[in-house]
Amino acid sequence: MSEHIQIKKGLNLPIEGEALCNVTKSVVPDFISVKPTDFRALTPKMLVKEGEAVLAGTPLFCDKQNPDVVFASPISGTVDAVIRGDKRKLLEVKVKSDGKGESVKHQYGSISSLTADEVKKALLESGLWPCIKQRPYGIVANPNVDPKSIFISAISSAPLAADFEFTMKDEFAAVQAGIDALGKLTKGGVHFSMEAYVAPRSDYHNLKGVIFHTFQGVHPMGNVGVQINHISPINKGEVVWTVDFFLVAAIGRLFLNGVYDMSRLVAVAGPAAKNPSYVKCLPGTQMSELSEYFCDKCDVRVVSGNVLTGDAVGKEGSLGFYSDLVTILPEGDYYEMFGWAKPFRFKKFSFSRGYFSWILPKSKKYAMDTNTNGDVRAFVVSDVYGKVLPMDIYPVYLFKAILAGDIEKMEELGIYEVIEEDVALCEYICPSKIEIQKIVSDGIDLMLKEMA
Amino acid sequence: MNGLRKFTDKIKPTFEKGGKLGWLGSTFEAFESFLFVPNTVTKRGAHVRDSVDLKRVMIIVVIALLPCFLFGMWNTGFQHFQAIGENAGFWRIVGYGFLKILPLYLVSYIVGLAIEFASAQINGHQVNEGYLVSGMLIPLIVPVTVPLWQLTLAVAFAVIIGKEVFGGTGMNIWNPALLARAFLFFSYPKSMTGDVWVAVGKNAQAIDGFTGATPLANTAAGVDGLGYSFADMFFGIMPGAVGETSTLCILIGAAILIFTGIGSWKIMFSTVLGGLFVAFLGNLFAPAAESALAIPAYYQLVMGGFAFGAVFMATDPVTSAQTECGKWVYGFLIGAMAVTIRLFNPGYPEGMMLAILLMNAAAPLIDHIVVNKNIKRRLNRAKTI
Repeated sequence: MSEHIQIKKGLNLPIEGEALCNVTKSVVPDFISVKPTDFRALTPKMLVKEGEAVLAGTPLFCDKQNPDVVFASPISGTVDAVIRGDKRKLLEVKVKSDGKGESVKHQYGSISSLTADEVKKALLESGLWPCIKQRPYGIVANPNVDPKSIFISAISSAPLAADFEFTMKDEFAAVQAGIDALGKLTKGGVHFSMEAYVAPRSDYHNLKGVIFHTFQGVHPMGNVGVQINHISPINKGEVVWTVDFFLVAAIGRLFLNGVYDMSRLVAVAGPAAKNPSYVKCLPGTQMSELSEYFCDKCDVRVVSGNVLTGDAVGKEGSLGFYSDLVTILPEGDYYEMFGWAKPFRFKKFSFSRGYFSWILPKSKKYAMDTNTNGDVRAFVVSDVYGKVLPMDIYPVYLFKAILAGDIEKMEELGIYEVIEEDVALCEYICPSKIEIQKIVSDGIDLMLKEMA
Repeated sequence: MNGLRKFTDKIKPTFEKGGKLGWLGSTFEAFESFLFVPNTVTKRGAHVRDSVDLKRVMIIVVIALLPCFLFGMWNTGFQHFQAIGENAGFWRIVGYGFLKILPLYLVSYIVGLAIEFASAQINGHQVNEGYLVSGMLIPLIVPVTVPLWQLTLAVAFAVIIGKEVFGGTGMNIWNPALLARAFLFFSYPKSMTGDVWVAVGKNAQAIDGFTGATPLANTAAGVDGLGYSFADMFFGIMPGAVGETSTLCILIGAAILIFTGIGSWKIMFSTVLGGLFVAFLGNLFAPAAESALAIPAYYQLVMGGFAFGAVFMATDPVTSAQTECGKWVYGFLIGAMAVTIRLFNPGYPEGMMLAILLMNAAAPLIDHIVVNKNIKRRLNRAKTI
């Protein structure tokens, strides 16, 4: 069974600084940060103390509600610091590398001989379980639930996203192993989506054990939430699991090589990136190791993830667990005289035709910065959001239900089907400059609290 | 440019909290953000944002209104000199119109903006740009002879009762500009009906045979009794509210709104459909050729405020239906109701205003039905699996 789906609503953001397809650095880290804040709604419980020696794959902390779910160190070394914030909230565990690169060794037989419980146990004990996220809510999957199905998106449609055709070209065996393992965990099958024009020339259309889908169109077609909404939408009470494409390879490597190997190719891109290209590194890599890529002429914002949904981690921050992209943006803290009144504003992109930048060729890329380009207002132009949300959902009604804290309405209007990244474009185009992702995020927090 | 920025930065602390003129904070902010796009940056979420903001949206609507505004200026002068039977040159005509319209605009903007600023100041909000458009619209939909004190009251009513009590732009139920017109219509009917559409002037005497009646007032006699040809009405050379006579200029505005995506073509189109539908039914059942029902359906589109309402009033994103399906229903009903009122209730020749206000009130209901369908679909989906 395969399906071809067109996504017409949306926008490919024309932002400058795409990463060139070559690997310009392989980071050998001195320090690695593992951040519980990468995982929504996680209450962590420390399993190691400062100064303790760890290997790659040694659990550092676990989920307090579900102690089987552990979060492991990606390198060997010693626990250097446990950083806490207000109310002793655990923010970060820093591991100092010993340079030896030793891993916890696991032994598994061939995947076909493993049972579902054995696969589950392997993923839990190795620290790879957090690679699996669940919808609704986008939290780490609960291992005690049987998911309706598992979705993997091999489409990178987000602005400046790492090109899977390049980053995943040597990972076929690992991905196949990962899919074989994931396939054991659900009766509903593993759905795998590729972009229509990439699929025929890619090895990945030969994957076994997947339900194959092709998509064609514009961002957010790569968002797994949009794909689920088109293929098999989530209803109340249902749970679907999602795994990032490059993390499927990490799962595969566990079963093939018996180690916790989270290394990945990360795109370093953006208008303020020097020599935008790819870097081989681990999650938790310090941004300071990438400082040679930062533009030194301007004040830059370092984002782990894409410009629409990533975290502004700062120059001293680190790469997120689910991230294969570092976006470097110029800060936009300047005044622009009569900006909104200028007839022409060729350096600023607009989704609307309110400026004349629509005259310029579609291939033109813009050096976008972090200026909001206007003040915050109430919802006025209420029908624009639907133009970039390719789902059967009425966005403004959902947002207003969330603002009102009306849980019943939120359920009815589709809170189970969206997470922040799905409405990111709504936030980008919003003429009232409303923080829509924050609204949805608060809505999910409310649901988690009330439904617990 | 830098000098102005330096000056602004220098006086800024005076207006900030705790500064000497801190109580004028919103006012200062409004002027500052009028001159400069602010330096605020995103904090989280989408780190980059589109270059469109509400100021830009509003200014485009104002630009779309300019053809109607300019033509209205000329037509006001032209109708005046026609009425007194004098031949005047182009510039004299425009000059007269300018002097007649200027006071309307002064009242509209000064009164409206003063209330907006004051209420922003009281609530500690930023001044909203919504009134840029409302203030431009109001003088275009009133008779040029309206007494200024009445206009003052109407503007105040529209801004305070129509908008601020609901929480400002984005929260209002009725289109503020139309509310101002409705206020005038019901409170001061003498200023809104009869010989009010042409500025004759105090010192001038209208020529014999001058009526100053709009075509809409003459519909009872059928198409031949209108007094104006279709072409006259299409180009707008007839008496009427300042900016709504020229269908041609309105179409130019419509093109701008549709092209920039700011006005919904669905609403405009379905309004026209609704109007034509009822007018056509009227044609079918017209008792005689000298009946209002017998006026060809397409005439309804160029008479009175139909076109202006369909393009600039019905499409207000705040007060119109907001779902894509709902827009079709909303627009169709506006058009249908406007023509129904015209044909069957001669007491209210201008049905457009009432139709739009009524549908403004009904728009949330239409949207509610559409959204509930979506909810049902979602529930059914769960059942079928």
